[in-house]
Formats: sequence, structure tokens, C-alpha cells
Amino acid sequence: MADPLVSIRDLRVAFHGLPALRGIDLDVAPGEAVGLVGESGCGKSVTWLAALGLLPRTAAVSGSVRLEGQELLAAAPSVLDRVRGGRIAMIFQDPASALNPVKRVGVQVAEALRLHRGMEGATAEAEVLRLFDQVGIPDAKRRIHIYPHEMSGGQNQRVMIAMALAGQPELLVADEPTTALDATIQAQILDLLRRLQQETGMALVLISHDLGVVAEMCRRVCVMYAGRIVEEAPSGELFAHPRHPYTQGLLAALPDMVGPRRRLEAIPGGVPEPWNMPPGCAFAPRCGHATPACDAGMPGFVPVGPHHQAACVHVQPATVPA
Amino acid sequence: MLRFVALRVGRALLTIALVVTFAFVVLRLSGDPALMIMSPDAPPEALAAFRQAWGLDEPIWLQYLKYFTAILQGELGQSFRDGRPALELVAERIPATLQLTLPALALKVGLGVPAGIYAALHRNSAIDRAVMTFAVTGFTVPSFVLGLVLVLVFAVQLGWLPSGGQESWRSVILPVISMGLGGAGILARFTRSAMLEVLGQPYIRTASAKGVPWGQVVRGHALPNAAIPTVTIVGFMVGTLLAGAVVVESVFSWPGVGRLMVVAVSNRDLAVVQCILLLVSATMVTSNLIVDLLYGVLDPRLRGTAPAGGGH
Amino acid sequence: MSLLSLEGVSRVYATRRGLFGTPVPVRAVDHISFSVAPGRTLGIVGESGCGKSTTGRVALGIERPSEGTVSFEGAAMPTPGTPEWRRLRARLQLVYQDPLGAMDRRLTVAAQVAEPLEIHGIGDKAERQDRVAALLRDVGLRADLAQRHPHELSGGQRQRAVLARALATDPALLVADEPVSALDVSIQAQVINMLTDLQEARGIAMLFISHDLKVVRQVSHEVAVMYLGRIVEQGDPEAIFADPLHPYSRALVSAIPVPGPRRIERIVLSGDPPNPADRPSGCAFHPRCALATASCRAEVPQLKPAADGRQVACHLVEAA
Repeated sequence: MADPLVSIRDLRVAFHGLPALRGIDLDVAPGEAVGLVGESGCGKSVTWLAALGLLPRTAAVSGSVRLEGQELLAAAPSVLDRVRGGRIAMIFQDPASALNPVKRVGVQVAEALRLHRGMEGATAEAEVLRLFDQVGIPDAKRRIHIYPHEMSGGQNQRVMIAMALAGQPELLVADEPTTALDATIQAQILDLLRRLQQETGMALVLISHDLGVVAEMCRRVCVMYAGRIVEEAPSGELFAHPRHPYTQGLLAALPDMVGPRRRLEAIPGGVPEPWNMPPGCAFAPRCGHATPACDAGMPGFVPVGPHHQAACVHVQPATVPA
Repeated sequence: MLRFVALRVGRALLTIALVVTFAFVVLRLSGDPALMIMSPDAPPEALAAFRQAWGLDEPIWLQYLKYFTAILQGELGQSFRDGRPALELVAERIPATLQLTLPALALKVGLGVPAGIYAALHRNSAIDRAVMTFAVTGFTVPSFVLGLVLVLVFAVQLGWLPSGGQESWRSVILPVISMGLGGAGILARFTRSAMLEVLGQPYIRTASAKGVPWGQVVRGHALPNAAIPTVTIVGFMVGTLLAGAVVVESVFSWPGVGRLMVVAVSNRDLAVVQCILLLVSATMVTSNLIVDLLYGVLDPRLRGTAPAGGGH
Repeated sequence: MSLLSLEGVSRVYATRRGLFGTPVPVRAVDHISFSVAPGRTLGIVGESGCGKSTTGRVALGIERPSEGTVSFEGAAMPTPGTPEWRRLRARLQLVYQDPLGAMDRRLTVAAQVAEPLEIHGIGDKAERQDRVAALLRDVGLRADLAQRHPHELSGGQRQRAVLARALATDPALLVADEPVSALDVSIQAQVINMLTDLQEARGIAMLFISHDLKVVRQVSHEVAVMYLGRIVEQGDPEAIFADPLHPYSRALVSAIPVPGPRRIERIVLSGDPPNPADRPSGCAFHPRCALATASCRAEVPQLKPAADGRQVACHLVEAA
């Protein structure tokens, strides 16, 4: 792997003393597409909000987040402001509420151009028009002057993407970018993200609860559970040969679109509460393979194949060069 | 847009008409002006003459009709007391009232809004708690209690400021403070919660995520949105510019509209009371109207453009 | 014989475009017909604004159809608010996406489940207590959760409590509007399994409304695809999702991201679904349809039987 663009080490976050992230190690290489999947509360969004310093002050953050060697966690606000939107851009789940309701969409995109590329006036407007065109907003000349509520959810998400592209970032973090959208619109937005990644060469981190979305968009997938990454693999390999019992459970719980209908295999119980974390593996109380060994300590990553590792004491290590 | 304005203006006029009617009904049902003005032991002929002179012997609906058409013609009647036009009587009191209420409004807005914004931005800090304690005290203590306390301390004990009357600019200070502090408290609380609500919105996070420095996030993204609910309460305060000083004017014996009102009501001086009510409701309704129109300026969602394509 | 049947049902609202525009009639639901047999599930899929939730409310009798008839157990649906209608409420129940909004925050779970029993005067106090306990057991809620308040439960537990309440009056029909959409995958599977188990045990008919094709395929015996107020394709779920005939169903099915290989080629539609107040002429889908011809722009296609017994409303699909 090339030198990572972003390198996260032992990232921990706690809110009011309760752990939300319990040690995340993650590298993102330039230009690659990484997926983060997991259920609500697993910490997939918190990871990136913490990395960019976007969590409220009540969050206790520790560990290290480096962007090409530069530490972000303790960085000065002026440094962070140049990174945010300039080198790492982020888009969010509900585009309608992620845009400022009282400002014209064109102005909101132009703001990013002013901050990161020093563009003003006619130059900025021309660039906004170009960006709108790039993200497939028709009738851009008129649309730059309207407000978010005058656009559909899909169009608003395109505006968000245009705004993210404005700073020519090296990494786009897309946090559930299509969850609030209808199926056919989701397909449009995913298509757009894929095309933009090819055109610009930026890296993409796609955060989603939807295994299908991540499978279609990403080369590499990390599965998160209760504030930790429990399995990491190339996406084809992950869905064909999941090794962590949680990943296996998630896939079995998902209804199929093809083949005979079968009874879903639900994972029993629920996610552990942050104030009631099991001593060892957080999935052990819901796991069919759990033994006392699972409670002994936090399981470390075991290599199980090329670029494939799982954090489970029961998986057999493979004798492959990592 | 034209339709919107017309609708609001129509509603405003209807409100004023209702207020005037209500005042007429209440005042006429609660006592006979002739008895109040002439005193109950006046000779019956004198009472009858008074009633005839002022049209009080006519059927009540006719009086109402006459009164209402007169108002429509801009004719607000004469005071029962001294026969001068009611409007004139009221109008000469307005400057005195505004002398108190305008500085009080400035105090409310100038103190309350910045305090609320500051408290929201430093939530749970010592200053936030101090601001909120002050705010709660400010609006739980009635203005006349505050007024009396201020008089006791600054006029009676220390002797720094006059306790009443309208002698110099120094007479204004105590009544303005006793009226303004409560409003400032209300406004501080309101602004704080509006600001906190806005700061928790996803678009604030979006602004930070695209690299907008925090100061610009607050000024450019949070304040314009927090202004929308705050304008409502400021608009309400503007609406009370004429009527808001009734109690304080009495405490500080200030010759304003409020004092005139108290005297006119106890005398059943119908025309004067109705004239005051008319002016008061007109200012309230007008300020409401301005608030409504301001909403349209501040919040594009209320301008009523149809979504372009799609939508639910 | 069918339990619920809708015959040529339309629901028209007058909405303004913007705040001050003139009212425009919007056909939220336009000439739809279907029936649901006891113990069976009809799944309704479509995107937001396609009229699927309105269909659910009309089927429940909460809203009157503007045209057409709704009948339940062979008799016409009574007018909302009448005593017959109120009696019928016990037989028809609704479960929707947001369980917290559906519950009274001040009451315990047990009190909420007991409420419909009290309203409909079922059993005495002791009997009601037993029944509540049995219902909570049926939906898989631990007995100790009965005394908790809604905000003390997880999302999955809340949806179970709402279901227990819906089942309290032993309904014949359950209208489930996006019942698992707010739940995580692992919890979603638990609730889906529970729903199908309860249906099997109690013979409840279901109208299952969802935007999630995978979930609809899992629970439905029959499925109807809606677009802009009309049913465009209806039939066996496995057939429709394996080989959709209507171009809109094809696009919808192909848009579902799946882990692993996909069966049909991805079709990405351009544009947004049109505004129901501004319905395109002819087939409402024609502006987004790659195959549209002149007749699609002119003439509204009717549902007609196609191969394997399913019904399709498209000029380009051969009738069987």
C-alpha cells in the first residue's frame, strides 16, 4: 500500500465518560474507496467527526489522526479550517437539513470557493456553475439562486457534493449519503460519487448501514461494532467469506433479492449499552460461538487472508503474508 | 405576495375592530358614565341632560353604530370630562410615554440579545449560568416591585436619582431600568434557546465541515437563523410601546398614556379609553404585521415558492 | 373470499402550490384496486409520494376514498366517526414507522397495551392483565419491560410494544406502514420474523407498505408496485423482483444495491419523480422511461394480465 493519506491510530472518543469509540486503527490511501459499515451507534460517523474536530466540546477524544503526517487532533483551529473542506470534505445523511435554509444554494457553494480557493464574484459564480454542471444539476444558471427547500432531496445532495468538490479535496467522507433518499435517487447519487471519484482521483470513505451500498462502491470494507473495527477485507472477499461472527450475522439477517425465500437469521439481543460493555469481545453476549475465552480481553486482529483480518479469538489465522 | 400582504392587513383591521367593540361593550356594561361623571346624587334632570348631550339615551346598538361610523371617519369623540377631543388628549401624552418605552426597548434588545447569544455560545459556563439567573430573576420580579426597590435604594436611601415626576433626564433612568430589565431577561432566555436550537442543526456542522472559521459560522450561518424566532418576541415588545408603561407610570407618577388610561377608566371616560385602546391595538397589530412581513424577508421558506420539480 | 377489497379507489386532495397559489386537485391515489385474503400479505412498494401511505389509510377506513369503494369482510367500510366504524377499529390496526410517536410517553408499556382492551371493554381487570402478559410474550418482550416507559426501551423493543398493542384486540387486518424502516438490520430481522410468525399463528391479513424491496419480498405473498398514485405492476413477489416487466419496476429493482453479483442490469433513471400535482399526460412514468413511445405520452395504460398471471400497466408489455 502506498503511503496513507490519512492514518488513524488508537482513536478513542467518550461522551460524558461513556465510550463511543474504543480504539480505531484505519488507513486511507490516496484515491482509494473504503467503506465503513455497522449499525447505529457503532461509531462509524463519530470516527470521522472526531478526526475533523467536529464533535461537541463535551466529547473526550484521544489517539492520533494524521493527514500526510500532520497531526489533526491537537491542531490549531486555523489549521483545521484549511483541512476541512479543503483537503478532507464531508457530506451528510439528510441533505435538506445539512444545507442552511436561509441562504441560496449558490452562495453556500461559493463560500467554500472563497475559503479554499480565494475565488470571489464572477470567477466564483462561473466555478459554481461548472460544479453544478459536474454534479448533474440541470438548469444551473437558475438553480444557483434558489433555496434548499425549493429543491428535491436528491438535488440538495448534489448541491452538498458540489460544495464538497469546491475545495478540491483529496478525501471525501460521505456519511450515509443516500439513506434519506428514494431508491432510484440513491442509484443516481451513488453513480455520481463513483464517476466523480474517477474524474478527480480523490479518495472516498463511505459510511453506511447498508451492506449493499458499501459492497457496490468500495474496494475495501471495515465492519464496525460497538466502537471498534471487527473485520476488514476486500469487499468481494468480505461478502463471500465473512469471518467475524458479527459480519456473518449481519449478512444472514439481510433479506435476499434473489433465490428462494428463507427465514431470516436474526442476531439475538441488542447492541450493548455504552455503560454496560462486556469485558472482552463486545459481540460475545449475542454470539453463537462465544466461550469464556471471549471475555478474557479485547480480541486483536487475526490475519485470515490477503488484506483480510478479523478481531475474533475463534478465527484461525491464515499463513499468508499480510 | 400582494395577496399575502392584503390578507394580513385585512386581518389586522378586523382585530382592531374587535378590540374597539369589546371595549365599548365592557365599558358600557360595567357602569353608567353619567353617574360616574356627575356623581350619583346629581339631580335626575341633570343626568338626563348629560345623557342626551352625549347620546347616551339612545339604544345601545345605535350608539355603537354611531361610534363605529365616527371612528371610520377619523372622529374619535370627546372626553366626557372636559369636552376636549379624545385624540388630542391622548396624543399629547404619547411623547412622555415614548420617553420611557423607547429607551426601555433599547435596553431590552441591547442587553438581552447579546447576553442570550453569549450564553448560548458558552453553554454551561459560569457566565451562562449567571446570565440565566439574571434572566429568570428579571422576568419573575414584576416591574412595579423592581421600581419600588429601585426608588427605595437610589432615591430614598442614596438620594442619587429622583423618585418620580418628569423633571430632567435623570427622572427617566429608574423607570426605564425597572421596565427594561425584565424584558431583557425574557429576550436573553429566548435568544439563548433559539441560538442553541440553531447551533444543534446539521447545517452548522456542514459549515464547520467545509472549513468556515467558527466566528463566521456564528455570524453567517447561526445568527440569521436564530433571528427568526427572536424577531417574534422583539415585535411583541415593539407592540407594547404605548401600553407597556401603565404600571410603571403610576409608580413613578409619570404623565404618560398609561396614567391617562387609569384615570379615564375609573371615570368611565368612554371616548378617551376607546381612543387609547384603538391606538394601542393599532400599534400591536402593526408591529405584528411588520413581524409577519419580516418573517418573509428572514425566512425564504415562508415566501411561498413552489418546489421546483419533485417534492412530496 | 377476500377480507379487504378496494375497487377503483382514488383519493384526491386539494393542495396549493406554495402558500398563496390557487388550489390544485392532487390525485394521491388514482384508480387502484386490490384485495387481501385472510392470513395473506400484500406488499406495497414505491418511492415517497407514490401514494402508498394514503392507500394504507384508505384501506383502514381512516380516510374516505374520493372515488371507488372499500369493503371489509364483504360490507362497505363505514363512514369515519360512526359507531359502526368505531366498532370496526378493533378489527383493523395500524403500525407505522415511528414507534415513539405512536406511544404515549407517560404510560408504561403494560398500560399502553391494556388501553385498547379497556376502550373496547374486553375482559375484566384480571383477564386484561393476563392478556397483556400473553401479548408481551407473543411479541418477545421480557416481562420486566412491561413497567417501563417508551423512552426506556430500544427502537426494536418499542416497535414490539406497538405491535403488542395493535394485536390486543385480535385484529383481522394489520396495516404496517414502514414498520421496520427505522430499525437496524439485526433488529429488523427479529421484527420481520416475529411478524411472519404472528401472522401464521393468528391468521392476520397484512398490508405491508415499504420502500425497502428486500423486506417486502421477504414478507409478502403478493406485491404491488406504485408510481405516482397508480399500481404499475402487481403479482407474485419472487417473479416481479426476479424479472420485473414494467420499466419502472425494473429501474426500482435494479437500483437496490446488493452485496454480491446482481441479476439484472443497473438502470439509473434520470430526474426526480414528478410532482403529483403536475402529473404527466398518458403514462405518468413516460418522461423518465427510456422506452416511451407516442402512445405512452397520450394514453394512460391500464393494468392488464401479462405472463405468469401478474398484472402490468404498460403499453409495451404484451398482454397474455
